[in-house]
Amino acid sequence: MQLVLEKRAERSNIIALVSPLIAIGLTIVTMSILFAILGKNPISALGVYFIDPLTDSYSLQEIAVKAAPLVMIAIGLSLCYLANVWNIGAEGQFLIGAVAGSWLAVETHGTDAGPWVLPAMLLLAAAGGALYALIPAICRVRFGASEILTSLMLVYVADLFLDYLVRGPWRDPAGFNFPTTAEFDPVATMPILIQGGRLHLGAIIALVVVAAAAVLLGRTIKGFEIRVVGAAPRAARFGGFNSNQLVLLTFAISGALAGLAGIIEVAGPVGHLQPGFSPGYGFTAIIVAFLGRLNPVGILIAGLFLALTFIGGEQAQIAMKIPLDVTKVFQGILLFYVLACDSLILYRFRLIFPSRQVHRGTA
Amino acid sequence: MRKILIAATAVMIAAAASLSGASAADKLKVGFIYLGPVGDFGWTYQHEVARQALVKEFGDKIETTYLENVSEGPDAERSIEQLVRAGNKLIFTTSFGYMDPTLKVAKKYPDVHFEHATGFKSDKNMGIYNGRFYEGRYIQGIIAGKMSKAGVLGYIASFPIPEVIMGINATILGAQTVNPNIKVKIIWANTWFDPGKEADAAKALLDQGADVIMQHTDSPAAMQIASERGKLAFGQDSEMIKFGPKTQLTSIIDNWAPYYIDRVKAELDGKWTTDNVWGGLKSKMVVMAPYTNMPDDVKKMAMDTEAAIIAGKLFPFKCPIVDQTGKTVECKGGDHLDDGQVLGMNFYVKGIDDKIPGK
Amino acid sequence: MELLEAIILSVLAASTPLLLAATGELVTERSGVLNLGVEGMMIVGAACGFGGAWLSGSTTVGAICGIAAGTLLSLIFALMTLGLAVNQVATGLALTILGVGLSGLIGAGFVGERITPAPHLHIPGLTDIPLVGRILFGEDAFVYLSLALVIGVWLFLYRTRAGLVLRAAGDNHVSAHALGYPVLRIRLFAVMFGGACAGLGGAYLPLAYTPFFIPGMTAGRGWIALALVVFASWRPGRLVIGAYLFGAVTILQLHAQAFSLGIPSQFMSALPYLATVIVLVLISRARTGGSTAPAALGTVFVPDR
Repeated sequence: MQLVLEKRAERSNIIALVSPLIAIGLTIVTMSILFAILGKNPISALGVYFIDPLTDSYSLQEIAVKAAPLVMIAIGLSLCYLANVWNIGAEGQFLIGAVAGSWLAVETHGTDAGPWVLPAMLLLAAAGGALYALIPAICRVRFGASEILTSLMLVYVADLFLDYLVRGPWRDPAGFNFPTTAEFDPVATMPILIQGGRLHLGAIIALVVVAAAAVLLGRTIKGFEIRVVGAAPRAARFGGFNSNQLVLLTFAISGALAGLAGIIEVAGPVGHLQPGFSPGYGFTAIIVAFLGRLNPVGILIAGLFLALTFIGGEQAQIAMKIPLDVTKVFQGILLFYVLACDSLILYRFRLIFPSRQVHRGTA
Repeated sequence: MRKILIAATAVMIAAAASLSGASAADKLKVGFIYLGPVGDFGWTYQHEVARQALVKEFGDKIETTYLENVSEGPDAERSIEQLVRAGNKLIFTTSFGYMDPTLKVAKKYPDVHFEHATGFKSDKNMGIYNGRFYEGRYIQGIIAGKMSKAGVLGYIASFPIPEVIMGINATILGAQTVNPNIKVKIIWANTWFDPGKEADAAKALLDQGADVIMQHTDSPAAMQIASERGKLAFGQDSEMIKFGPKTQLTSIIDNWAPYYIDRVKAELDGKWTTDNVWGGLKSKMVVMAPYTNMPDDVKKMAMDTEAAIIAGKLFPFKCPIVDQTGKTVECKGGDHLDDGQVLGMNFYVKGIDDKIPGK
Repeated sequence: MELLEAIILSVLAASTPLLLAATGELVTERSGVLNLGVEGMMIVGAACGFGGAWLSGSTTVGAICGIAAGTLLSLIFALMTLGLAVNQVATGLALTILGVGLSGLIGAGFVGERITPAPHLHIPGLTDIPLVGRILFGEDAFVYLSLALVIGVWLFLYRTRAGLVLRAAGDNHVSAHALGYPVLRIRLFAVMFGGACAGLGGAYLPLAYTPFFIPGMTAGRGWIALALVVFASWRPGRLVIGAYLFGAVTILQLHAQAFSLGIPSQFMSALPYLATVIVLVLISRARTGGSTAPAALGTVFVPDR
């Protein structure tokens, strides 16, 4: 007798609904055990992680601030992944977008440039991110080089390029040689939505991106094409869809969105360009894309949920002195459970009996 | 695992005590933001040691909290504000990169007091503090000048900021007093913390003929490499003799505890005001580890120099200071450079045959 | 000349953890599985390796603990990607998050402790030969082990039937399955081997390189190992060249600084990655019809029954 996984004839909508609940249930059980081992009260610890951040407007705003870049990047990535195109270099596109947009902020710093600066920065960032993303896309289309790997390699190059700029040419002349540009002028920073908080225009932009992606995928031919090429490449070829063009398009869109997220982060919460300003958003967004099942609304929920665990983790450190490492373990376990449970939407377990696997003996 | 359990139990008991004992309202809550993990055995570790000293000193009059591994990016401001919202009234932010975020939060919460380490911006409710580590570096320079047989020092630097450049200059000025021809080779690791890279840098310096290693990066890796090669080295941030019993000459120890105790006391007494403290050997913010692995005459020189600096008789940056190009630096502090000149130092003194990166 | 010898010694040491981890990942990827969690497995290997050595006083025990830890983490990955057909990219990234957290928890008790570093080989006579003696006969055991491992992997992949089957599983899992080969079981072993090597590579850092444990001490070496596999275009021989080239760039950049050459260090650091992209493009171009990457790399396989 053997337990095997097999593909369902069609996706299970019931599992699709209950799987997140199962995953959260399993996480709660596992973490309760871990908290108990560490000598913390599991119920209050879980409360701090999941409930407390939802109870006041400050934390809610912070969740939105944290989630905005993750959602924006993940939406772009989901288009790639739906089309079976593997961009895992969003971190690099995020950085290059930030660099491209910051260029204008640095150039206009201290001048009386008008309110056109910020929109122009956003455009430059999107263009920069898109162009940078097109490098692996072109390498794949023209030369057949694996985009998974080229896009990943270019992350390091972007990181070092940013490092070079900020330590050299763009360094704040009044900043005592510290590797950072000058604080951006007010015309080059994201407007705050609620006075006294940090919630900025980026959150609205993220929502617009989610809505646009939902329309693109649900209502347009292009969206249909993306899904067909990903789900049934042979059928797509017979249908006359140009898969190369789609590689370029999805990479460009995801690069543009990552770049946009990059400049929004720099011109928003950070306020200046510095090395290491990204806490790895480009990589975290990959997880967000999968947690959200590559669905725009799902990604929005997943982004907010992951942001909740970051904020909750911080509050757990403060309120219960739970080390940061526990939060990372907690996030890792949570991701594993969610991904594993989601797998059951498309697959199911079945018991098979020895008589059915006679042919395996030849292996 | 056992240690974790013990630590966890201790935290639990502390938490239980906090519930049963004095109510949270009459306790002063003191918060800390750390750049690295508390176990980095370097910069963050020393702040953590000082936090523990606070707990020991004030017992249940205060409650301390820290957030570790807080990156200097978009999360910093939120982390600081979270501490404020959790009721912390005095908050220490312990890395340069937290300067602007601390200032932003300080403006938003005028009744909370902030202490920012190593920065240059302050406010009514935001004080700044830093150590005059260059005083220790000057002593190290003298020792190194005496102890180096090759006459070549190896210096592992982090980033070309004034803090690091003043350290290199102080070292070479000290060394020149005993060996006018001393040379220094400098490697910029471009990191505060990467043990592997620090070890590589130490190897490269030793391979190129340096025989005394000094560092402005945080891990004991360089000490340990020098120890393997039978060469000499100085520790950084903390006592590192364990990593080179026959290697460590001395170490510059960041000793934040007296300052933290002083500030918390002021806060408890309602006497906290903003300040700008740059404490050195005299105020014991900078402490030299025991002078070891050197002959008695060198040891005596080091101790005499230390005493002279403490007594205010000796200034490492005493005029005239001549820069690399041979130009004499303007002397704004009477017979030595003033603090502003030192804090913004962006030149090498004569005798350093290298170039500041990006300059 | 002595400087050259010293540089080569440093390069060998700096390259060894990369080579160990990359060799494992190469086998994993050759079977068609992309495990991006190398960094996570390495850092847990470092924490457990140090813990084992510190508690037992033996480098060998430490190395075994590192291997065991890496293997255990890779089993989680295998359970997810092979058992449950979850996407490999997402799982690998999640594994790294988990690994970083776990290593911090495990290592918390060892911070500030030190151990005796792994001994270096010393054969009287041979080791003392000028210039080459220490390079050839004066390394620590890990350096020899990493090279032996690469040779072993090369022999396995190209000279054994099992290796052929593993490559077949990586190139076309459907055909391999149709021929009756247990694709998932092959991949399970390949993933475990990858985890073991990553754990050993991580353990090398606190056991031989810098004999203490500090959280985050792998400092991104797992990601470099991933890059190396690509750079080597999935060939064990080229992996050795790639690893030593990477190590050489790292070390020479430091030496260039001590010589006061004015090249921006970021440019030198970026070179290996740019080279990897170019190599990838060139090798893909040289072969018509796609790259030399295992064709099934990163794709999920669920056998039809």
